[in-house]
Amino acid sequence: MKLSREEESALKGEQGEIMEMAYRILVATGEATDAEKLVPIEWAHLSGVNYNTIGDAGEEFLSGISKDARVKVKTTLNPMGFDIDNASNYDLDENFILKQLSIRNSYETMGVTPSFSCIPYEIFDIPKKGTQVAFAESNAAIHANSYDNLKTNKESAFSALASAITGKSPYSSLRKDDLPNLTIQMKVKNANELTYGMLGFFAGKVGDVSVNISGLGKMDTRQCKAMCGGMGTSGTCAKFLFEEGQPGIEKVDFDEKEVQKVHDELNTAEKGDIITLGSPQLGLEEISDLTEKLKGRSFEKQCMIFTPRTVKEQAKKIGYIDELERAGCKVLADCCTCLTPLINKENVDAVTTNSIKGAFYLKNSNGVDVNLKSLSQIIADEAK
Amino acid sequence: MKKILVNGNVKGSILKTEMPINFLGIVDKKTGVISDKNHELYQKSIKDSILLFPSGIGSSVGAYTIYSIKSNNSSPVAMICKKADLTVATGCALANIPLVIISDEEFSSLENGQEISIDTESANIIAKI
Repeated sequence: MKLSREEESALKGEQGEIMEMAYRILVATGEATDAEKLVPIEWAHLSGVNYNTIGDAGEEFLSGISKDARVKVKTTLNPMGFDIDNASNYDLDENFILKQLSIRNSYETMGVTPSFSCIPYEIFDIPKKGTQVAFAESNAAIHANSYDNLKTNKESAFSALASAITGKSPYSSLRKDDLPNLTIQMKVKNANELTYGMLGFFAGKVGDVSVNISGLGKMDTRQCKAMCGGMGTSGTCAKFLFEEGQPGIEKVDFDEKEVQKVHDELNTAEKGDIITLGSPQLGLEEISDLTEKLKGRSFEKQCMIFTPRTVKEQAKKIGYIDELERAGCKVLADCCTCLTPLINKENVDAVTTNSIKGAFYLKNSNGVDVNLKSLSQIIADEAK
Repeated sequence: MKKILVNGNVKGSILKTEMPINFLGIVDKKTGVISDKNHELYQKSIKDSILLFPSGIGSSVGAYTIYSIKSNNSSPVAMICKKADLTVATGCALANIPLVIISDEEFSSLENGQEISIDTESANIIAKI
């Protein structure tokens, strides 16, 4: 990768340790993705916020760099591990809260907007078509490339951080308009969001950098987000195009057999002790739809709903939150299903969810069993 | 040899898997032990190994997991992949864990348990010992 004179000087450490580290990360990113140069970006979205995921090493790293590092472009932030307004309702230890707040403080010191959301594409204005951004959070990177006409690598937590600090990112293949080398043919009829999550999970496994998906009808927001979340979990693929692909391209089918395989891999229980909705977090449209679906019904077990704080505040004003709480839901801001300490195997054996992404991390990281169902099935079975 | 992403000079024993690794999801950040029952390396520790795997996958936060296992002295001494991905590349770059990308043929020729040296400054880079 070619660097300008100023970039070379930063890499050599002539502009301080933070810039040297940031450029070291950008160079590794560029070499990994065969980029020939760095390009300016306008927006970075960072992951690596939840103390449960980054641990003491991450907390100390961020505290150390926050003394000097400042972001150069608009920078937003992934969910953390808890909702401070509800902390006392859960069995959180003091160390977790202390370290989580230290992480929050480090990001704020660096100039990051504390959005605590994995759906930046739903809560911030989308810049004009073709804008270069740097999104960590795999579902957001895929959404940005596939639905929002933005361009981003499937950034890692560190490459997005380096881009926030320098305002630059390697010009890798996802930033160009390279065509996919594989088309997935959607063969499942009457697909719901769970099916689309599975399709994404399958696409992540078979796709490389980007993938075509053919045979998709009109999808709603919930289904699109499920597909992005699923794909981000299982692979390195970070963009889908809704096309047949050029003649002669390799094709694979996503059919009932593949649905069964993903189900067998991720579904480990016949029922859950609690229900979780959100991973990705729910936006206002989904909250509104859920409120409508729960009219006159109530969950018999706890249903945790994860949403960004800004969405929760809007929903509160409209009256959705009161309705959802009446129906047995707990609406939590600033956090999400994946690796939250609010769900652990001491208190819960199994979780019912419609999220493929949530299922993967609940099972492997939180260590609880998972019962996979679509939202309509969850409501039919669990809300009376 | 396709490319060198992080330089270094180390020796070690290969821990090989044909399955990609989601670092955030399945690697314990303190011990380096694999927690996914569906993974070939289930209950094995990647500590002090030369970890040979197709590529990293999944969450972008996996880069922190790599940094954490290094800070907790539970990391591999080097990693070798078939495909470069940003989670592994940047995690190794920050943690200073040598990382090289090799061809499919080279990947097949290396075996689990084999003792090798990696020297990114030498002509061969990977040598059996």
